[in-house]
Amino acid sequence: MIKMEHVNKSFGKTQVLKDVSLVVNEGEKVVILGPSGAGKSTAIRCVNGLELPTSGAVYLDGTALTAKNRTQLVRRHCAMVFQQFNLYPHMTALKNVTLALTKLQHMTKAEAAEVAGECLETVGLADKAQSLPSQLSGGQQQRVAIARALATRRKILLFDEPTSALDPETVGEVLSVMLRLSHEHGITMIIVTHEMGFAKQAADRIVFMDGGEITAEDNPDAFFNNPPNERVQQFLSKVLY
Amino acid sequence: MSRAPFALWRWERLWNDKAVIFNGFVTTLLVSLLALALAMAIGIVFGMLGTSEKKPLRAVNRVYVEFFQNIPLLVQVFFIYNAFPLLGFRWPVFTIGVVGVGIYHGAYVAEVIRAGIRSIPKGQGDAARSQGFGYIQTMAYVILPQTIKIILPPLTNQAVNLIKNTSVLATLSGLDLMYRADSWASQGTLSYGPAYVAAGALYFLICFPLATWARRYERRIKEREHLQLSEAAAEEMMLMAEEML
Repeated sequence: MIKMEHVNKSFGKTQVLKDVSLVVNEGEKVVILGPSGAGKSTAIRCVNGLELPTSGAVYLDGTALTAKNRTQLVRRHCAMVFQQFNLYPHMTALKNVTLALTKLQHMTKAEAAEVAGECLETVGLADKAQSLPSQLSGGQQQRVAIARALATRRKILLFDEPTSALDPETVGEVLSVMLRLSHEHGITMIIVTHEMGFAKQAADRIVFMDGGEITAEDNPDAFFNNPPNERVQQFLSKVLY
Repeated sequence: MSRAPFALWRWERLWNDKAVIFNGFVTTLLVSLLALALAMAIGIVFGMLGTSEKKPLRAVNRVYVEFFQNIPLLVQVFFIYNAFPLLGFRWPVFTIGVVGVGIYHGAYVAEVIRAGIRSIPKGQGDAARSQGFGYIQTMAYVILPQTIKIILPPLTNQAVNLIKNTSVLATLSGLDLMYRADSWASQGTLSYGPAYVAAGALYFLICFPLATWARRYERRIKEREHLQLSEAAAEEMMLMAEEML
């Protein structure tokens, strides 16, 4: 379970998160929507300790994230997929996936390669194992990144605008992989995205952020058909057509 | 016998005693290699400190770099040679060469490494940390390997400077190439001309190919990756360049 409790975050004088509280239960799929600059990315970066709250706290299975324990906690619980993929450019797709397995989970090379092979298979890229990121399309790179996140078998998957940097033609292949993952009960997912269709299909709950605050929360049906407030209505009218 | 500085007989004497010069050449190579290893170790540690998020650690980097870069190597080496014994450290000249040249060039290598680390997009560190890699692992597996292409040319130039700078050992009877050449001439036939020419030629033999290789490698990388370089990285490097100037 993920619990954010009265999280405030400032960068210098700019307050990016204002009293954000959110509970995400095990196995739940939460999509965070909202305009650019609403603090969505910062919010999920707080969940895996890439950012530490200025005040308030984030708990993973009851343990508060701190500067000291975040590496260990993240190792146990979280994996993340980034907008810019952030694959390691000096490693093949396979090595990108196996690095954490061999160095952190102490698998042998053969074991790690087997797990990585399965994960690359899951995202439909078994044949690209030996390719370097620079030889792959954006969509393929992002799918390798998803395989990299899956391989560690962590229960919490965080997606930070995973399709925003992609060519329109390759968005679908990434979304379909994510949609398939959303059917797995054991995995908790928090997804920041602008893909409304995906949000409708995959989310158990929609969280709407604006100006660093969570201003609405609802199940997708209600959220899209019966927007909880005017700001959401306004936002949806601009992104849905 | 002709007294001309470059008379043929002087060259013949030099050739007969070539083992002496060669000895010095080997010593110079050894000091260079060990000092380079030390400079790299120091450079990686202090270069990493220089990119730390923690101000005090960055301050440690600045103090080290500015201190060793802004005091002549000769002063530093003389200090180790003449002042350290008063403090109870009496080192062989060979060790003084390795340590003195190593810590001096370590400061320059630290700057190269720091610039290299800063040119890697921030997302790389994010990715590694999001996987649960600690700071050292992130550096060792993800960041530093990616800097190699960028830092290899300036590092090679540092190696060239380092090799040339080992000649300060001659002032301490260091048994290095320059010392051997100089003492061979002064204790024998005063054939300084051929001795220095030979020493210079041997330094050149090592340094010129290194410098040439670095220049070519750099040009190749620039041509190939010019367009791929992200704007952020380019801007970062420009800032570094400005800072250095």
